[in-house]
Amino acid sequence: MSDSTVTAQETAGSAQAHHGEHPPYQRHHFESVEQQFDTTNFAMWLFLLTEVMFFGGLFMAYLLMRNWYYPAFVEASHQLNIGWGTANTAVLISSSFTMAMGVYSAEMRRKGALVFFLVLTFILGLAFLGIKSIEYSEKWEKFHIPGIRYSTSAFTNPQSDPEVYKEYHDKPLPPDMASKTELYFFLYFAMTGMHALHMIIGIAILGFMIFRAKNDAYTTGHVTFVENFGLYWHFVDIIWIFLFPLLYLISRY
Amino acid sequence: MSAANANQGHEQDHEHDSEHHIVGPMVYLSIVLALLFFTGITVWASYIDLGETRLFNTGLTIFWNPVVALAIACTKMVLVVLFFMHVKYSTKLTKLTVLSGLFTFIALIGMTLTDYVSRAWGRW
Repeated sequence: MSDSTVTAQETAGSAQAHHGEHPPYQRHHFESVEQQFDTTNFAMWLFLLTEVMFFGGLFMAYLLMRNWYYPAFVEASHQLNIGWGTANTAVLISSSFTMAMGVYSAEMRRKGALVFFLVLTFILGLAFLGIKSIEYSEKWEKFHIPGIRYSTSAFTNPQSDPEVYKEYHDKPLPPDMASKTELYFFLYFAMTGMHALHMIIGIAILGFMIFRAKNDAYTTGHVTFVENFGLYWHFVDIIWIFLFPLLYLISRY
Repeated sequence: MSAANANQGHEQDHEHDSEHHIVGPMVYLSIVLALLFFTGITVWASYIDLGETRLFNTGLTIFWNPVVALAIACTKMVLVVLFFMHVKYSTKLTKLTVLSGLFTFIALIGMTLTDYVSRAWGRW
């Protein structure tokens, strides 16, 4: 656009798109901070759309299998603890709130508040993973790991699992339908596992951001990184918002 | 307090003012409360048999439980997208991008379904 020999005394009518007049965090191939922000925002949304397609494939598989093998999916879903699931949903929704507040703090240039909210989001993310690990270990104990450690006895003979039986009084499934419960658990681990991987990546980036935020990286007007990470975090929350009713709330009556 | 600070923020961020609307904590708080409320509703609804409706012309049946659960999930998603992800206050480009993502997702699901429904339903 302009080379380094151009001085800052340009015509008064031009906007702030002058070399030497832009903030240090504005890259040279952008005309204004606003354009830079809008461009990176657009790119982040494009990435999120690819993630939608990625998870979309798994949701499509779920849609088919649930409709084809509905009784198996109902009984298999009773093996999930609705208390932990609801708790996880509340944890993630709260973490979206703290993340949004973090973005607000960055926009308001309040470093202390920003670090506070990022740390809260970090802790809530870890809480989510902790609850998930409790659920996963229970699956291991009860032989509900598809392909590796799986038994359909809880579904061909529901009374062998008294905890679940006394709540739902499931009917025994015939062996061919009972074998489809393994499909349900495959989808359960594939979808929540991919989601948990996204959470882990998000938490790692959060850790990096907390460190940078303490060094004033995001409270001098350059909020792009925090804002775009917020988009990623909210997206992971939205995925869980759909996973929760599809996996946990199929039919509890 | 937040209103005064919001004004302060707007003065500092003057170059952003027309485009970069700053969403305040009160909006976030009401959204998160709404999200938690909807979560409670969807859990409660899963314990109730909401029945089904037959469409006599087509032979299809609508089961209301999953419809209600997905409707609530979509409402929560819209709230998160509009307010937490700032899409309500974003540029036309951002809004168009989000809508095109939704469209492509519907194409993904819809076209895959037309394949299965038309020839291979349940034959797995």
